[in-house]
Amino acid sequence: MIAPAKPELVTVNIDGKEIAVPKGMNVIEAARQVGVDVPHYCYHPKLTIVGNCRMCLIEMGMPAVDPATKAPVMDPATGKQKINWIPRPQIGCATNASAGLHIRTQTPQVKDCREGVMEFLLINHPLDCPICDQAGECKLQEQSTGYGRGYSRFIEQKNVKPKRTLLGPRVMLDDERCILCSRCIRFAKEIAKDDVLGFIDRGSYSTLTCYPGKKLENNYSLNTVDICPVGALTSTDFRFKMRVWFLKQTNSIDPESSVGANTVAWSREGVIYRLTPRRNDEVNDTWMADSGRVLYKAVTAADRLTAVKVNGADSALDIAVHAAGELFKSAAGAVAIVGSGRSSVEEQFLTKKLATALSASTHLVSRVGPGDKILVSADRNPNVRGALVTGLIPALPAAQLTALGAAIDAGKVKTIISVGEDLFAAGLNATQLAKVAVVYLGTQANATSEAAKVVLPTLTVFEKSGTFVNQQFRLQKFLKVVPGASGATDDLVVLAKLVAATGGTVPSDLNPLWKVLAAEVPALGPVTFANLPETGLLLDATPWAALPFVEGETLHFKPAAQPAAVTA
Amino acid sequence: MAIIPLERKPLSLAERTYLPAILSGLKTTFARLLRPIETMEYPEQRPAIPPGYRGVPTLVKDPNGREKCVSCQLCEFVCPPKAIRITPGEIPADAPTAQVEKAPQAFDIDMLRCIYCGLCQEVCPEEAIFLQNQYSMSGYTRAEMVNHKDRLYELGGTLPDPHLKWDKKKAAAEHGNTH
Repeated sequence: MIAPAKPELVTVNIDGKEIAVPKGMNVIEAARQVGVDVPHYCYHPKLTIVGNCRMCLIEMGMPAVDPATKAPVMDPATGKQKINWIPRPQIGCATNASAGLHIRTQTPQVKDCREGVMEFLLINHPLDCPICDQAGECKLQEQSTGYGRGYSRFIEQKNVKPKRTLLGPRVMLDDERCILCSRCIRFAKEIAKDDVLGFIDRGSYSTLTCYPGKKLENNYSLNTVDICPVGALTSTDFRFKMRVWFLKQTNSIDPESSVGANTVAWSREGVIYRLTPRRNDEVNDTWMADSGRVLYKAVTAADRLTAVKVNGADSALDIAVHAAGELFKSAAGAVAIVGSGRSSVEEQFLTKKLATALSASTHLVSRVGPGDKILVSADRNPNVRGALVTGLIPALPAAQLTALGAAIDAGKVKTIISVGEDLFAAGLNATQLAKVAVVYLGTQANATSEAAKVVLPTLTVFEKSGTFVNQQFRLQKFLKVVPGASGATDDLVVLAKLVAATGGTVPSDLNPLWKVLAAEVPALGPVTFANLPETGLLLDATPWAALPFVEGETLHFKPAAQPAAVTA
Repeated sequence: MAIIPLERKPLSLAERTYLPAILSGLKTTFARLLRPIETMEYPEQRPAIPPGYRGVPTLVKDPNGREKCVSCQLCEFVCPPKAIRITPGEIPADAPTAQVEKAPQAFDIDMLRCIYCGLCQEVCPEEAIFLQNQYSMSGYTRAEMVNHKDRLYELGGTLPDPHLKWDKKKAAAEHGNTH
């Protein structure tokens, strides 16, 4: 393996503290490393530098050298090399670390500069905080408290600008609040590759707007809301729903595709209000797709399964598990399991255990859609690789369940256990399903749950903890955000009960289950759920490197093998 | 501690008849009949409420009848016993007070939880919630003791508004310094 080239380290001095940082590193980031906050609006670590907010002004100096001899000029007072301070402030975001760079962020000049910039930014900023969705996570609020003057000298009338401009179906613009930092413009151009935003007019007339006839409607538009340092861009979905200071943040994973974007779910009292991206420089940087942000709605959707059913009648979990056990006995040797690429690694492991106990054939439903080369990959199952790692399936799933259909037609399968998969959608027809008894574990009602003999409601990804293996073979964990819906049971408990109905015993709690997983799955040997890092853990993918995965290239991911032709 | 047994003194003859005690009690009673009344006939009569009194929290409207609350939820946040519960809502763009944008859909104060501390009034940035003179709350059920938005406005009424900030905002927009 070739180690990446070590970056050249240079020593910089920030407020008297020496630190070695990679050459060329941004001063704001270098200061962050020594615990010095350089306030900023327009600077974003994942976007280009424009330096137009002027908030990050700092004093900068370099060690003095004699122009003729290049010998260091010593300061007789201190005995050290003299520092030539630039008399006027520089912006931190456009200053790169170089050897001997000296930075001062706490001098009276810097303080005056920050107060001046804050004063200008607040001149036309409306007093909207009580009605502004950004309040509580607003950089302008934080920095006017931290670095502002604390009173206003402005006695003239504030500008009035449009307050409810829809930039796109999901993004609302309040022009008065905009501080013209241009983060959204740079995001649309550089990350979303959909260059529709721009400023028009000059001075206090400046306005953010879309190109005439276009809208900000790409699948990444809501990232502009996340990076907006003020409340100018708001999400139409989250607008006026709840103040952010009430919301509890729980780490989660976007289950819409095998990218596995890291997310934060914001909930209050068992209700999820929004999903936002969580920074992971190896996976999704600080972005996520809009399509992944609405998935929390499945938790309270109208089609949510909340009643255990046996033969269509309401029942209790233990009775239903017993009924399922009877079905397994009557169809001994003729049971098939349709596992899911949406199940967590732990659930897939228990599904495998169940399959082994029943000597059942295992299948997986493939879900393929077009990849957008950013953060939605072609494989719309978040955890197909988990099924490979746990050994639930030996090879990649076929596009349709034709093999299972043929087995049913041949009379070799009498009972099917479906883990949240709609068998009709996966390619079985009604005649085939009429021939078999279906045990359905799932969260949402569909044609299969209607036809199933036993329905066992389970939890959505936001109601349980677990892990997914993303396209990079990175094991990432998601945590329980809200309590499970009434009537639904944790998938692990249901699967463990089904295994128990066949006479086996497996743990249904995550921590004891991970001991078994670590012991039995070679790739997961050193892992426990508790010590899995927040940024995930890259597993050894060598055993599966040659498989023709469907994913094409996305952010931070290049497929090892040529992607298979998209078949769905 | 040691226990000291005390001998109870035997009652005298006068005490055993109880008559002196009854008569002294009646003396107090009849003497009071002739003096001015010092108590108040509550609830027909009510005491004067001193300024600064913290009664039942209420929502108020401004002199133009606009509900002042914008559902910023700061009172809900600050409320120590968590008596306040707000569901925020949006004011439609065609409403006369559309410039305010936000108003509560529901505003509930559970008077069984409220401790009359007045922090909600103190924290309110819109001067919309006041603890006024109403002090008597009663009901037969727990549900009756929750003041909903309608009841809160009924209790609160209208108070003078020295700022009229949102009216100024609307005037500025109509005046046309929109460039």
